Amino acid sequence: MQLTLWTYEGPPHVGAMRIAAAMSDVHYVLHAPQGDTYADLLFTMIQRSDRRPPVTYTTFQARDLGGDTAELFKTAARDAVERFRPAALLVGASCTAELIQDDPGGLAQALNLDLPVVALELPSYQRKENWGAAETFYQLVRALCPAPAAGAARPPRAAGQRPRCNLLGATALGFRHRDDVTEVMHLLAELGVDVNVCAPLGASVADLRRLGEADFNVLLYPEIAETAATWLKRHHGQPHTTVVPIGMGATREFVAEVAALAGLDASAVLGESGARSPWYARSVDSTYLTGKRVFVFGDASHAIAAARVAARELGFEVVGLGTYSREFARGVRDAARSYGLEALISDDYLEVEAAITAAQPELVLGTQMERHIAKRLGIPCAVISAPVHVQDFPARYSPQMGLEGANVLFDTWVHPLMMGLEEHLLTMFKGDVEFHEDAAPSHLPQTNRPQARPQAATPAPEPATPEPEGDGDVAVAPPLPQAQAQAQAQVPPQITVPTEARWDTEAERELKKIPFFVRGKARRNTERFALEQGLSTITVETLYDAKAHFSR
Amino acid sequence: MSPVIPLHPAAEGGCTSAPVLRERGQREVFCGLTGIVWLHRKIQDAFFLVVGSRTCAHLLQSAAGVMIFAEPRFATAIIDERDLAGLADAQDELDRVVRQLLSRRPEIKLLFLVGSCPSEVIKLDLSRAAQRLSQRLVAEGQPDVRVLNYSGSGIETTFTQGEDACLASLVPELPAAPATAAAVPQVMIVGTLADVVEDQFRRLFTAMGAGEVVFFPPRRAGELPPVGPNTRLLLAQPFLADTARALEARGAQRLVAPFPLGAEGTEAWLRTAAQALAVPDDRIERAIAPARARAQQALAAPRRLLEGKRIFFFPDSQLELPLARFLARELGMVLTEVGTPYLHRAHMAAELALLPAGITLSEGQDVERQLDRCRALQPDLVVCGLGLANPLEAEGLTTKWAIELVFSPIQGFEQAGDLAELFARPLRRRQKLAA
Repeated sequence: MQLTLWTYEGPPHVGAMRIAAAMSDVHYVLHAPQGDTYADLLFTMIQRSDRRPPVTYTTFQARDLGGDTAELFKTAARDAVERFRPAALLVGASCTAELIQDDPGGLAQALNLDLPVVALELPSYQRKENWGAAETFYQLVRALCPAPAAGAARPPRAAGQRPRCNLLGATALGFRHRDDVTEVMHLLAELGVDVNVCAPLGASVADLRRLGEADFNVLLYPEIAETAATWLKRHHGQPHTTVVPIGMGATREFVAEVAALAGLDASAVLGESGARSPWYARSVDSTYLTGKRVFVFGDASHAIAAARVAARELGFEVVGLGTYSREFARGVRDAARSYGLEALISDDYLEVEAAITAAQPELVLGTQMERHIAKRLGIPCAVISAPVHVQDFPARYSPQMGLEGANVLFDTWVHPLMMGLEEHLLTMFKGDVEFHEDAAPSHLPQTNRPQARPQAATPAPEPATPEPEGDGDVAVAPPLPQAQAQAQAQVPPQITVPTEARWDTEAERELKKIPFFVRGKARRNTERFALEQGLSTITVETLYDAKAHFSR
Repeated sequence: MSPVIPLHPAAEGGCTSAPVLRERGQREVFCGLTGIVWLHRKIQDAFFLVVGSRTCAHLLQSAAGVMIFAEPRFATAIIDERDLAGLADAQDELDRVVRQLLSRRPEIKLLFLVGSCPSEVIKLDLSRAAQRLSQRLVAEGQPDVRVLNYSGSGIETTFTQGEDACLASLVPELPAAPATAAAVPQVMIVGTLADVVEDQFRRLFTAMGAGEVVFFPPRRAGELPPVGPNTRLLLAQPFLADTARALEARGAQRLVAPFPLGAEGTEAWLRTAAQALAVPDDRIERAIAPARARAQQALAAPRRLLEGKRIFFFPDSQLELPLARFLARELGMVLTEVGTPYLHRAHMAAELALLPAGITLSEGQDVERQLDRCRALQPDLVVCGLGLANPLEAEGLTTKWAIELVFSPIQGFEQAGDLAELFARPLRRRQKLAA
């Protein structure tokens, strides 16, 4: 048993729903008790979907358990096929139905339905949402696009035929999948590559049957489509891309990789006329971004990509890197090592919170969970990865991939930070009543909203999804003193070096003039220094001696 | 204006003996775990530990919104393979998790172990666990932490029934009220109300000079009200069948009243309580008249918009019948189908009598068939869950999210206007966007 406050991923059947809901003519019959229908609202509310996800729930109750839950499943499957007329049917069990072992696959087979039925075995007590999505997509691809007969060689591309690829991995409820697909399609068109099928997002069953016609696959989201892409490579001889085009560097590599797979010369293609982010990063105003301490956490692909952009394209210092995607931990470990870090591989929200607290970053790039943590710690945050929130489905075009994606990253990550000169002025004039360290950056709204809603507003005022925040897709911590007090009260105890040294009043006052996000570190370093030097009192002198000592 | 609204049953005897369409199929409703979302706010030193699967944890965070600012007072002990394969003793594991939790949250005074679908199916005995943990905590010098259990599983409970199960599990903990024959009756208001509503009712009872009125659940675990033969229980929420039964078993007598929604419902409900405490009618009238006048005034504007509009209810919280009665009688809305997950005839007796005859009452759900009926009727307003609202809007229907009716203070005179406004707003919004 694992004590869990918040979870990064839902159960695997929610992953299967993301595949079904992404496609146009697949229906999913889920053997599940009442209540599991909550998952519908993820699609209708978070993604603002204008149709219900194509899922039928059998809704068994306690009194059915002694009776015939299998019959209930058969009726639900038969009715769903008749009502929705899908081109293919997914069948499976949620966590509770897995325990009663009714075998949805076998039951569906016994119905002799006149459409392809794909039975899903998604072990709810071992696996999670992304794995469930990957497995579902893989099973669909295998079932609908079987391997050609052994020995049947892949015919060479006809002369004059433009190279074709499939775009794999975009799903419903994906973090910016909708816009990434548009951006990457645009990039491919510029390169002279046609898109054969984009799947699962927007694909039909007929489209999946045509997957084999492409020359290669573009693997957009490894967490979702790597299993399927690997199978297509083995059985259809389709190679696939390995670079996720998030950030300018990765986009350039991606273009080169696609060009090589397509047998094209890409050198002339990427004029990068729309790429503003490299120049913005070089412009003098961005000097203040240098060495900003940033903590990165998300799914593996987005976390690795974000760390790369942060370190190489914006000049930040990556002080933490981690993922909740255990299946993809290896890549994150390698990436972390390249920044001299130990990767944090965890789906325990509390552990992530402790790591962020200890790292004392100036910016957090994370999921909605880290946004929540950052808010409490008073640290700016931008969201880079699922799990998603209604704000992660902006009305405007906002990809993460390609040239425009790189522009979006620049804006959304830099926006929550203090502008360069403003930060200097704040450091110079700390005592000013209005112009103090707890004031929000002037270009952001003053958020004086309370941290916790008043208890008087019970029962539970938190609405199910849309939270009217007005933050856009970046979260700016309201830098209320209260927020910090609360954060300090709630974070796990900081690692303090035992010390005999006592701070004198003036040194304490001086310490307060240090920006709050490095203050803890300054305090610890000074105390460590005092301990090493055998000092009993920390004076202003000690503070600056320590600063000099540690900045050597 | 007459100071007393005549509480005559609707013409033709209302819906007392109306047939009910009982349906069985896919239900688009939450399970009982969802009640934790408001209960953990109501009882401020209680913690809810769901013993379940990742699905349960995901449901709670999706229903509650990911963005609760404070650390929530609920969590899930996620059962994994090792527990199922018997590699780990589930009871030992539970002990470990509870210990971990209590060391993190030492301020917790009341811990609910909440059963889920998986824990029920594998027959994990949470009552045994609760008993053992309570005893152990006493032995370890933490006698002020009580551990109780109830089931919020979807195979047994629908949405608000989770609160019913939770409160029913608290009933044995209530102290016994002295049962002397001379003792004056005490009124116990049962069901979670927003604190602001509770305070309003308290003030009205004080103004009437009514004797003792207590509220259950209390705001703190240490403030459990006593119960006994002198207790008159008055339900503030319509979904508390098991709780009422447990209180009756401890001697309480249930008062029959409509629920306190709208001016009419609130007045009848308050009068029922006051009469049980032998408050003279003129004192009741004096105390409630100003608030009732305010409520009636607040209803005038939304009534102009809602009158004659046709409304359809999908089942959600069991609040549907009282809400329908309020909308029909005080706002002039036309009821088409009123769906409820469960129809408790005894607790709904007063409501059924007041409902206009000729409506379709449905219990349970087959969501696809109900959607067919709804589309055929083309009502002006549809009350439904979050999974259905946007798709129906996209089809051109106007909807009101049902969950807002559970998560907002809607009871009492001062909230009558707000309640009406919840229904008027979607219609007004549609007008504005079309203009």
